[in-house]
Amino acid sequence: MTRHFDIVIAGAGPAGLSAAWVAAKQGARVAVLDDNPLAGGQVWRQGPAHPPKAMLSALLTSLHEHSSVTLLTSTRVIAPLPEHGLLVESAEHGGFNLSYGRLILATGARERLLPFAGWTLPGVTGAGGLQALIKSGVPVRGERIVIAGSGPLLLASLATAREAGAQVLAVVEQAPAAAVARFGASLVATPSKVLQAARLTRGFAGLRYWTGSTVHEVRGDGRVEEVVIRRGARDVTLACDRVACGYGLVPNVTLAQALGCTLDDAGAIAVDDALCTSVDGVLAAGECTGIGGMELARVEGEIAGLVASGAPHQAISLRMQRMRWRRFAARLEDSFSLTRAALAMPSDETLLCRCEDVTVGDVRVHPTWRDAKLHTRCGMGACQGRICGTAAHTYFGWDVAQPRPPFSPAQIGTLMAACPDDGACTD
Amino acid sequence: MSSANAGLVRVTIDGDFREVAAGITVAAALAMSGVRTTRTSVSGQSRGPLCGMGVCQECRVTVDGRAHVLACQTLCRDGQTIETTGSR
Repeated sequence: MTRHFDIVIAGAGPAGLSAAWVAAKQGARVAVLDDNPLAGGQVWRQGPAHPPKAMLSALLTSLHEHSSVTLLTSTRVIAPLPEHGLLVESAEHGGFNLSYGRLILATGARERLLPFAGWTLPGVTGAGGLQALIKSGVPVRGERIVIAGSGPLLLASLATAREAGAQVLAVVEQAPAAAVARFGASLVATPSKVLQAARLTRGFAGLRYWTGSTVHEVRGDGRVEEVVIRRGARDVTLACDRVACGYGLVPNVTLAQALGCTLDDAGAIAVDDALCTSVDGVLAAGECTGIGGMELARVEGEIAGLVASGAPHQAISLRMQRMRWRRFAARLEDSFSLTRAALAMPSDETLLCRCEDVTVGDVRVHPTWRDAKLHTRCGMGACQGRICGTAAHTYFGWDVAQPRPPFSPAQIGTLMAACPDDGACTD
Repeated sequence: MSSANAGLVRVTIDGDFREVAAGITVAAALAMSGVRTTRTSVSGQSRGPLCGMGVCQECRVTVDGRAHVLACQTLCRDGQTIETTGSR
């Protein structure tokens, strides 16, 4: 079965939903896919104790008013198909094909997770990962948590963890104090961000916010029991129940690469002013075109939605807004760029590839990612290198090959749905 | 699209019956039940959820007989059977 839409949007976060809304207003038939059970993406993630934020609520209400919009949650893209097609798998409906006139990639970003001794212990998560897990209902009340890594996401995670009753012992930021202060001062240029920062740092007094520091090791017997934090020449050990560590975000470009889209120097999907990629009929918006935050993602989504639905002239004022938010993104990237301490490679016996249990020592003796994969199986497990490939790129600068279709484990029935059938129908 | 559905759903986690709040994920149900290990790695290590957003595959469990289901992206449903691949 093939279902056809004027516009298919991969990702139901701020960019994808904004794109769907403006495209629907132009009269386009739109499908929005997301692999999560609820729309919102990472920044607007909903959960039982986290009802949709005002902006998400407003967007979802507007989308529901347009019968031309189909929201397909718990639905993954498994592979691109020839002639503007996608093979998708839905938890509810199984595998089926979609075809599109235009495709908008709004695939967002994931965390950069870097290995350290003990990072495989249950209780170690990403920083954004912890926030996502709490929102999905994971209880943390009374737990002692250390949040670490880099960037403003640590503060967002702190706010969520505290609200859920956790005892956050410290926030450990790799960037030096001067860089963080410079970033704080530069927020004056973006008043809405000052407000956001003020909200996130409420009750900051009394919290250990350690700059120029990194997680060196996590210890425990089958679970997190303590963390060793490296602060310059000094190590500090804290007893805790969880360690949430993430070093910023990296764009999700798996589908873009499979479609043949060109990437920019930073590894994001390269787009022009109209958010068109190098592949005809494929646009991209939001974090997958470069990390810039929710506001930039929304503006890009609206531009892409207008361009894809044949109304690019309406996007001109949005382009000005886009440039403004991109300047903010550049300041963010400068302030939280990874220091040598954060890039220090963990010990040889630390696992780099968690899927195939391959150590840093086994991987680093190889000259290229391809060589390392062939000799050690690193990056060849279930996540297809999404975690260890990012780490290997960060440490060694290797050009890491992206996952190939099927992008995630799929049912045989789904793969069979990709086969051309005689009774292909469109509805 | 209602996310907060008041009430409870009954699930089975590694053979034990549990009542959990409707609307939570399988990952949350496991954590609430004190199950930290979702799978055992190829060298026998215990693993739990890492990325929380469907990327790392560490939280994969068997749900209603279907293997490799991501606990962090699956909502609990009444009558669901959840099996980890690790020891309790």
